[in-house]
Amino acid sequence: MELSLTTRTVGEHTVLDVGGEVDVYTAPRLRERLVELVDGGSRHVVVDLGRVDFLDSTGLGVLVGALKRLRAANGTFGLVCSKEPLLKIFRITALDQVFPIHPSIEAATSTVSGDRDDTPPPA
Amino acid sequence: MATVRLSFSPAPVHVRTARLVGVAVARRAGVAEDLLDEVRLAIGEACTRAVALHNQYNLPDLVMVEMSDADSYMVRVIDRAPIEASIGLTKLPPDELADESLTDEALTTGVGFALLAGFVDDLQVRPVEEGAGTEVRMVWPVHRR
Repeated sequence: MELSLTTRTVGEHTVLDVGGEVDVYTAPRLRERLVELVDGGSRHVVVDLGRVDFLDSTGLGVLVGALKRLRAANGTFGLVCSKEPLLKIFRITALDQVFPIHPSIEAATSTVSGDRDDTPPPA
Repeated sequence: MATVRLSFSPAPVHVRTARLVGVAVARRAGVAEDLLDEVRLAIGEACTRAVALHNQYNLPDLVMVEMSDADSYMVRVIDRAPIEASIGLTKLPPDELADESLTDEALTTGVGFALLAGFVDDLQVRPVEEGAGTEVRMVWPVHRR
């Protein structure tokens, strides 16, 4: 299935709904969209992986890139994922220790500070 | 014993085709349904690695994928890059994954290897017998009907 990307706003958060397959061929489009969001001023970004049916190392690399970009901009980055096959990918790569992973959009957008528990809030 | 061979030019768009073929042959070979997602991911990672190496070394050669179902389902993904390129296969510790100094390329390579190692119990990465290149060999059990 082709990659689909849809952006919406929930409170302070920009939510990027991703669907389809995120792989070495489609991941550059995801990277471009995330860079556009950050360059456009989005500082609290949530990527909803609910409709993703394939995610590989290239896609994971893009998500880490977005996390680093937002950290550098004093922003937050979180994921929404409840599919066990995808969660297993995050566990195997140890990226579950890097990303805040939420079970629902509500949980991901309920608090800005909840997205990053490893760094102090900006002064 | 059935063997399916697929060769493709080293372009990202063809990796999906390799995944689809690999899973179709796995299903027919009798690999358990609950392993097919892992087969799909592992074949994709091995092919992505091969495509990246060919592009890195500017090699137009085809990437080869061979699937056979003798006593088990075996997939071999063969690239033609210099052997030293395989040294990049290292699993990254969690505290380095989001490190600012880690390049995207190194991250993807490390994560890709972690996925291969994590999803394939029987995995070998070894030099090809003739010429330059490495072979990623993955084996899954089959249940005969």
